Amino acid sequence: MKLRRTMLYVPGNNPNMVKDAHIYRSDAVMFDLEDSVAVQEKDAARFLIFRALTCIDYENTETVVRINGLNTPFGEDDVRAMVRARPDIIRLPKTETPEDIEAVDALIGAVEKEAGIEEGSIRLFAAIENARGVVNAYRIAVSSPRLVGIAFGAEDFVTNLNTQRSKEGMELFTARQEILMASRAAGLHAIDTVFSDVNDDEGFRREVTLIKNMGFDGKSVINPRQVSIVHELYTPTIEQINSARKILRAIEEAEKEGSGVAAVDGKMIDKPIVERARRTLELAQVSGIYLDEIDEEVPNAE
Amino acid sequence: MNLIRTGKAGTLESSDVMITVRNNPANDIEIKLKSIVEKQFGNHIRSFVTSLLEQMDVHSVIVDIDDRSALDCVIRARLETALYRAAGIKVFRWEEME
Repeated sequence: MKLRRTMLYVPGNNPNMVKDAHIYRSDAVMFDLEDSVAVQEKDAARFLIFRALTCIDYENTETVVRINGLNTPFGEDDVRAMVRARPDIIRLPKTETPEDIEAVDALIGAVEKEAGIEEGSIRLFAAIENARGVVNAYRIAVSSPRLVGIAFGAEDFVTNLNTQRSKEGMELFTARQEILMASRAAGLHAIDTVFSDVNDDEGFRREVTLIKNMGFDGKSVINPRQVSIVHELYTPTIEQINSARKILRAIEEAEKEGSGVAAVDGKMIDKPIVERARRTLELAQVSGIYLDEIDEEVPNAE
Repeated sequence: MNLIRTGKAGTLESSDVMITVRNNPANDIEIKLKSIVEKQFGNHIRSFVTSLLEQMDVHSVIVDIDDRSALDCVIRARLETALYRAAGIKVFRWEEME
């Protein structure tokens, strides 16, 4: 199971943040060449990320570069440089149509070929940030075999909708659902938007809980402090782990007796519940929990 | 590489370096270094920058370096940016930079 619970934004022209980007243990770091870089510094940021990616070992942290769109004077050069710097993923901002992805896919492929890099090895993330992108979400999701995920960008989205973000997030509900459905239907990861108020831990926790319960795989984060909060909320609790184990034991025993259905604590257990239990244990394991060390006497919970 | 104007890149923030380059009428490489880690790394920075200049075919340049403990890859990126700006080059040959 590949974890993308957190994708940490790193402004592309800030050496101090670029060199330490991985020490906060986010699942991915995203070096930004787009909105956080002033137009007159685009060349400087591109050189900086090019050199950083080719000389700093970011260990197991997935490296992502947010390029400028191909409809800007900077996008093509970003792709030409970044493919040669070999990040794991290139993230295209403001994706509106499948053609946006097809164009960047073709350019990445051409540079991979020129550079002797295995074709298809650089993966793609599409960021959807306006109504047109949301409406085209599924067509975008299936537009390239390089795609591994879709990220939602809410700040541009609410501007496009002529509204603003609220703490409750009702204005984002449809877009989140559409992006999630498109991602799941295409077998991609879905990453939620940033939460900008870094001093509001309580509001941040509420939003992470909401998007986790909706089904998102993770969240873009703008401050290292937010990383551990997301990871904590995405890690199964001991109670959930024990409940999952009990379900798997019960179904194993039922299967021995030739049945696909079992009962645990008076509740019927069938295939989708078993699948969720397996996922809980897998998520616990990849989140770094040593399952063998968990005391099973702790009371169970759903 | 022909430097047609002064080129500058970087900042004075921690872990960054500000590099200014301009053509040297004396037709030589001249490096003026100010660094918070000069005692420890001054010689290394001077020889690293000299070797990069040679690689980039720049033989006539005055380089002002104000270093705030930047990594080599940051020094390299800022030097490249300053030189390309000074040469007025806007088309980059990334295949030659790997």
